[in-house]
Amino acid sequence: MRPPTPAPPAVPEPEPVGPSELLPSVEPPTAVEAQPGSAGQLFWRRLRRHRLALISIVVLALLAIACFGAGLFAPYGRDEQNLALGAVGPSWQHWFGTDELGRDQLSRLLYAGQISLEIGLAVALLSTLVGTVIGAVAGYLGRATDQTLMRLTDLFLVVPAVAVLAIALKKFGHDRFTIIWVLAALFWMYVARVVRAQVLSIKEQDYVEAARASGASGAWIIVRHVLPNCVGPIVVNATLSVAAAIVAESTLSFLGFGIQIPATSWGRMLADAEGTVGTSQSYLLYFPGLAILLTVLAVNFLGDGLRDAFDPQRGDA
Amino acid sequence: MTPDPPLLAVERLSVDFPTDDGPLHAVDGVTFQIDEHEVVGMVGESGSGKTVTALALLGLLPRRAQIRGSVRLRGEELLGRPERDLEQLRGETVAMVFQDALASFNPVMSVGAQVGETIAVHHPEVSASARRERVVELLELVGIPDPAGRADEYPHQYSGGMRQRAMLAMALANDPALLVADEPTTALDVTLQAQVLDVLERIRDRTGTAILLVTHDLGVVAGLAERVLVMYAGRAVEEAPVDDLFAAPRHPYTLGLLASLPRLDRRTRGSPLFRIPGQPPSLVHRPSGCAFHPRCQFRALPAPCATDVPGPVEVGAGHQAACHRTELVADVTPQQLAIGTP
Amino acid sequence: MLNLVGRRALYSVPVILIASFLTFAFVRATFDPTAKLRQSRESASAIRAERVRLGLNKPLVDQYGSWLGRFLRGDWGTSERTHEAVTAQIGRALGNTTQLVVWGVLVAAVIAVGIGVYSALRQYSLLDYTFTGLTFLGLALPPFWFGLIAIEFLAVGPKQWFHLSDPPLFFIGLHSGGGGILDYARHLVLPVMTLTVQIVAGWSRYQRSSMLDVMSSGYIRTARAKGVPRRRVVLRHGLRNALVPLVTVMALDIGALFGGLIITEKIFSVPGMGKLFIDSLLAGDATTLTAWLVVTAAFIVAFNLLADVAYGWLDPRVRVA
Repeated sequence: MRPPTPAPPAVPEPEPVGPSELLPSVEPPTAVEAQPGSAGQLFWRRLRRHRLALISIVVLALLAIACFGAGLFAPYGRDEQNLALGAVGPSWQHWFGTDELGRDQLSRLLYAGQISLEIGLAVALLSTLVGTVIGAVAGYLGRATDQTLMRLTDLFLVVPAVAVLAIALKKFGHDRFTIIWVLAALFWMYVARVVRAQVLSIKEQDYVEAARASGASGAWIIVRHVLPNCVGPIVVNATLSVAAAIVAESTLSFLGFGIQIPATSWGRMLADAEGTVGTSQSYLLYFPGLAILLTVLAVNFLGDGLRDAFDPQRGDA
Repeated sequence: MTPDPPLLAVERLSVDFPTDDGPLHAVDGVTFQIDEHEVVGMVGESGSGKTVTALALLGLLPRRAQIRGSVRLRGEELLGRPERDLEQLRGETVAMVFQDALASFNPVMSVGAQVGETIAVHHPEVSASARRERVVELLELVGIPDPAGRADEYPHQYSGGMRQRAMLAMALANDPALLVADEPTTALDVTLQAQVLDVLERIRDRTGTAILLVTHDLGVVAGLAERVLVMYAGRAVEEAPVDDLFAAPRHPYTLGLLASLPRLDRRTRGSPLFRIPGQPPSLVHRPSGCAFHPRCQFRALPAPCATDVPGPVEVGAGHQAACHRTELVADVTPQQLAIGTP
Repeated sequence: MLNLVGRRALYSVPVILIASFLTFAFVRATFDPTAKLRQSRESASAIRAERVRLGLNKPLVDQYGSWLGRFLRGDWGTSERTHEAVTAQIGRALGNTTQLVVWGVLVAAVIAVGIGVYSALRQYSLLDYTFTGLTFLGLALPPFWFGLIAIEFLAVGPKQWFHLSDPPLFFIGLHSGGGGILDYARHLVLPVMTLTVQIVAGWSRYQRSSMLDVMSSGYIRTARAKGVPRRRVVLRHGLRNALVPLVTVMALDIGALFGGLIITEKIFSVPGMGKLFIDSLLAGDATTLTAWLVVTAAFIVAFNLLADVAYGWLDPRVRVA
């Protein structure tokens, strides 16, 4: 499991060049035409053009509805056993098969999804809120506050994340709220660093200086000028951290340190199925893993689409 | 016995770039010629097509550019030649320097190594020590102090003016017959500009290199060039020996350019600085007929100025203007235009 | 340049010290060394005596101090789980994990640079799109799931389908029975593959971006204008510059790998640092855990430092402190 890595350097806006293009393109020298519409309208326009992102939104929405509405959609109960049946592969009665206790895997997948998605979203939200506030303050106030904060997060980021999380869960408990808090307690640091970097660069801009010269207070400037211009990277990061949180929870649960039975999550289901490798029940492995893969893929595409929509020229994350 | 072909003969060169709105006509039917040892200036605003022309000469345009016409170097056609042939010519017979010297140097290689690379690539038989000697010699030629020491430094350790001059050294390494200089002074302040122009003069006088000087700065051209080509909206609108161009421009655009130069010797106190009304046109949706007519005070509407693209008209020895109304332009001097008479 | 290295090294020392203090406190707070006694219902005075013996009644800082002293002298304590010296345990585990890391990094680096360079030069070609798709997939793939599926389809599956006596690729440990190069290789393939998938996706995307950035810069155009042959332009001017940021990222990632292979080692039963961690955590072996955390943190800090040094060495612009 790796925490969100810094974004790779910006890729210039794609142009229709042919293969074996070695040369920087000479920009046709036309005046840049002003684009009609506010920044918000431009954003929506650009997002609508990103087909993968739109598909991802639909996929995620369906997934969320299916999982959170598991009470309605699941054909069987979460823990409904059918011992006579035992473990059977995918069939018409049980689309995703059953485990050795005869529990329908599709239903379990949906209920498990509730937990995984809930944790992912909650961690992203919480860590973004906390990280943004702290990062913005540190970046804006600078010097001492900034240095202390950076050193502090440095310390925590130096120890392997999975290990620390596992120990923390051992200490504080394994229910989903605890997991959310513990994960958020680690994730906010990454958010704070990103926000801080953004704030630092925005701070130098002329319009901030102008605002300061007209007497605006620090808080006002942060709220009205700095943060609105950080929205892009913050939102993109928040989106991507949903995926990271889901993977983190799955990893911890798979190792046995996260969600414990009788509760279940996608990671937990994989932990339970680990022994089926090479047996006839190995189908138990496919579906939870695919669920995670699909969700993370969709979230990543969405994040990419948002990133392009916020700033197609893209200087930074 | 046929006379020697000119060093560079460009005939009806056109470059289009495909865009979502249709082809962008960056260069349209440009024809000119450069003889050995000549210094020719190519002036125009941004968007006039001068840089694209320069890049086209060396075959450095991106693949998607659609190039038509002919570019002949000492009689040999360059357009459509395989890349390997062009690679042999670049840096050896034709060399180019660019506007932004800092971006044009590899930041992780020493300046000396990069200057020497030009030699190593075309003359691998030259020994490393001979190459080093030549590098130091070149750096000295362009006026870099302590050339031996400086050769081992990195581009970021040079000052802006020194970098520009080092680029010139890099281009001249193999004594090219033609040096194409794209806006060599634009990014520099006035004192540095003077230094670079100095070096260019030295190059003109000491080596036999012909120079194509691409710039928007008329002052640069006045001091250095023998002939000038004026570009507008991708077309060549006027070509003349430098003195004739400044004294008696015959194209309304050139006239306007000269009139808009702020000059101390002009009696314009009290009247605003002249500027050509309007904006340069979009190169995708160009005006019909003469591209300059929407901004021209000498135009005859609708015909021929809005209907026929003007071809070059001989207006003097070695002096051509692409205009239907050159007679009218002859009656106005830049001075008059600037102060608003007649 | 040495200035830069010196300062960063100096800075690293307090970082690792404070980090070690925090982990010490954290582990102390999570695991009670007298837990066994409590469980076996020893008398309160016996428990108290044990606490004194272990020095638990002293203030935390003092405890840390004595621990640090012993640690620096090479005495890392005795594992409560296996009753063996922690140094030996960790040493062995490190040896195994290092093998995985070395192989994984080598393979990943070659593949990532190859893909990155190719994609940048042949942008928008079919292969480029394929690679981009694969990297997205790779980044989204939960590594533990990939490992299990790999075992299913590349090891156990073929063994069953083709009625082999042994799976073509082994998935337990690093050696079995006969030893030898082939045996070693057959053990390495699956865990290294799992490990590589995690990092290749990120690195190749990074390299592609970096290469695209570099290839559109002015000095590439200059090199072409000088008549430098294409291959040299790509390698000496393009790749040489594009690698610089990637090397930094690689160094950071490698540092994290030493403590980050927990999943992979669990799935493939490799007796490395990851497995050691899991076993220690499950057994509540605080002594080993503390040492484990400090060692892995030290690796991360050391490689962070290495990243900075490499960056300075590769990019002369950074050297002027």
